[in-house]
Amino acid sequence: MGKTFQKPISLAEQDTHYCPGCTHGVIHRLVAEVIDELDVRSRTVGIAPVGCAVLAYNYFTFDFLEAAHGRAPAVATGIKRVRPDLIVFTYQGDGDLASIGMAEIIHAANRGEKFTTIFVNNAVYGMTGGQMAPTTMPNQRTTTSPLGRNVEEVGMPIKVAELLSSFETPGYISRQAVLRPKYIVKAKKAIKKAFEYQMQNRCFSFVELVSNCPTNWGLTPVESIKWAEETLLPYYKLGEFKNPDDVEEG
Amino acid sequence: MGKVLMKGNEAIGEAAIKAGCLNYFAYPITPQSEVAEYLSRRLPEVDGVFLQGESEVAVSYMVFGAAACGERVFTTSSSPGISLMSEAISYIAGAECPAVFVNIMRGGPGLGGILPSQADYLQATKGIGHGDFRLLVMAPASVQEAVEMVMMAFPLAEKYRNPVMILGDGLIGQMMEPVEFPDRLQSEPINKDDWATNGMAMRKSEQRNLVKSLFLDPEQLNAHNLVLKAKYERMAREEVKYDSYNTAVNYKALVVSYGTMSRVCRTAIDDLKADGFEVGMIRPQIVFPFPESAVYDAASKKSCKIVICIEMSMGQMVEDVERSVKGIRPVRWYGKCGGEVPTPEEVMDAIKACEE
Amino acid sequence: MQSEVMFAGFGGQGILLSGKMLAEAAMAKGFEVAWVPSYGPEMRGGTAYCMVVVSEKSIASPIIQNPMHLIAMNRPSLEKFAPVVKPSGVVLINSSLISAGAGRDDIDELALPVTEIARELGSVKIANIVALGAFVARSKIVDFESLRKTVKEEFADKEKFIPLNMAALDRGKKMALEVEPSNIPRPS
Ligand SMILES: Cc1ncc(C[n+]2csc(CCOP(=O)(O)OP(=O)(O)O)c2C)c(N)n1
Ligand code: SF4
Repeated sequence: MGKTFQKPISLAEQDTHYCPGCTHGVIHRLVAEVIDELDVRSRTVGIAPVGCAVLAYNYFTFDFLEAAHGRAPAVATGIKRVRPDLIVFTYQGDGDLASIGMAEIIHAANRGEKFTTIFVNNAVYGMTGGQMAPTTMPNQRTTTSPLGRNVEEVGMPIKVAELLSSFETPGYISRQAVLRPKYIVKAKKAIKKAFEYQMQNRCFSFVELVSNCPTNWGLTPVESIKWAEETLLPYYKLGEFKNPDDVEEG
Repeated sequence: MGKVLMKGNEAIGEAAIKAGCLNYFAYPITPQSEVAEYLSRRLPEVDGVFLQGESEVAVSYMVFGAAACGERVFTTSSSPGISLMSEAISYIAGAECPAVFVNIMRGGPGLGGILPSQADYLQATKGIGHGDFRLLVMAPASVQEAVEMVMMAFPLAEKYRNPVMILGDGLIGQMMEPVEFPDRLQSEPINKDDWATNGMAMRKSEQRNLVKSLFLDPEQLNAHNLVLKAKYERMAREEVKYDSYNTAVNYKALVVSYGTMSRVCRTAIDDLKADGFEVGMIRPQIVFPFPESAVYDAASKKSCKIVICIEMSMGQMVEDVERSVKGIRPVRWYGKCGGEVPTPEEVMDAIKACEE
Repeated sequence: MQSEVMFAGFGGQGILLSGKMLAEAAMAKGFEVAWVPSYGPEMRGGTAYCMVVVSEKSIASPIIQNPMHLIAMNRPSLEKFAPVVKPSGVVLINSSLISAGAGRDDIDELALPVTEIARELGSVKIANIVALGAFVARSKIVDFESLRKTVKEEFADKEKFIPLNMAALDRGKKMALEVEPSNIPRPS
């Protein structure tokens, strides 16, 4: 009981700057709980993206580094290659990871870099004011797709978890959601598994989390959850797409 | 059309359309994302091309591609994004294609901040990418001037077949001021059939065109660099542009300042005048080529004891001012970074302190 | 003559829009104007403010440390900006949300419950318009009819909102003129 209400040691005693009802806070908490439970805080290095979570370093109590927009996986590679004993994760939004940083994440995943990526998919650029992201849904209105995403011109939204699981290199790839408690329980399990694979030095591990951005979707927090469930979840299917055991067993 | 109240970023977008540029590629970044937001609405109305690229790297090469076809094209970004574009800008200059880049500067280095800054002066005027090349760099001080400069930038880029940069600070992008749009530019890109990869059929020629920057032969590369050098020398002869303020009187100090900062200086100069202290100002409107003789002449006025460079950077323009003043007067600097634009009071104090 | 107006409040109170409408109205009357917003991370849920500069001649510095007037829609804005307003400027305080005064005796303090009035008129969203009407009537920075015209134009494509906004402006004006002007010498 008490466990759920106690603040993880890995999480700072500090209010976040996130908008009311934004799920970034939930995700921070899950990551912090997992790091506490695995007792790796003292050898963990987090990498902040450029996006709303650029200030994530204020909310965690372990070493943190701020990368350039999209480059977190390359920075993580640098850390992990010279200090394989460290536990390293990147925390990235969909603009950061799937747009400007697509090359970095693809090559890190394909090399099987032994770090973990937490990928926050909220279908827009949050920080800069709601522009279209590669994950924006067809016909979804954003500030740079005022008439809705036109798939004839900019293609369909990218399913990053599926894309990364297509590589031959072993990896752990999962997509979960953080929209309601029932999803959050599973999301935490996936995050924990991802870190465990890293600790076992097994493979690249990646958890995509379907999230919200009430502010830029122009919805209340409650409406945003409903919209995400009705619109995002049918397209971004939840589940484990790839597991390092797949290859070894099969 | 009359005067309209418009945000700098939106006015820049509209000005490009008025200049006949209907091709725009961009990636969001504060404080200039409104250009993309505006053009995402506006360009489809005029059958233009709007595309949000996956990164500034990609965007800048999309610009290269469009420019190589001889089409008018531009992009806008802010400091970190411009750094990512600097590679393509080097290729575009090397391949001698016209294109317009707008940098609505924010503070740096690295992620820095998002508030107004002039911290990319050196990057823009001296070293935006590898290799021997320069950009023609225009620095607006108001929304109206930003509009006029954007409209001038395209023909200039075509005249020199060289990238042109509009170097504005965050305030130029974010502020709303009345603007009056000049008439639509009537000029078309010139002589593009001579060099552009616009398709032999289109230009009714059997001669293919090649757009490239590779010259493996040292003599050829040297010759190419000499051609580029001659262009920059021609810019220095033909494109110098500046504004003088309060220079008809016998001023004791000369300020050199540009962009938003120069407007703050103007207020400070007016207030100092009321106190009986005369200060003149040269405001470069084009910062490359730099108005060297204008600064020299203004500094050599008998009454002038000192030259003060005032900017929102840690003194990036000082070198150019010193070079122009040629040691005949001491050159001082005042500035502030981080996004807090110095107030007229602070500028007044700084000028007085330098003079003492 | 140049005057500056600081509009300040929460994000979402229509601060930037009312500043823009004042600038439009002044521009229509032939004044030079500049509208300078706050932008950046502080906007997210925090305070929003903009400065409108209105001048008879071209505006030099758009950066103003001591504005002539202030419209404070919430308490943090009043605390932050009241001390820097120039003597004899109008300080409009949204007394629905702010229980304090400006704490100065050299300004024209105008405390009006603009949020409550807006609610009475039908929507708290027009509190900024009530404040704008009151401010313009009191400061006479632009001609009131010109302001009405600008606000009408602003809602040209949402015509059904025009009567409500006009009512808000007029109500603001009425309230502002009912309150005795403080005995402050005005710059001519
Ligand atoms: C090189 C560069 N380009 C652009 C930006 C501006 N920028 C900051 S955050 C961001 C997008 C963030 O969106 P996302 O990754 O989806 O994260 P969210 O804010 O939604 O959490 C952009 C484009 C930048 N800082 N650097
Ligand atoms: S802008 Fe969106 S993603 Fe960013 S903090 Fe607000 S709700 Fe969250």
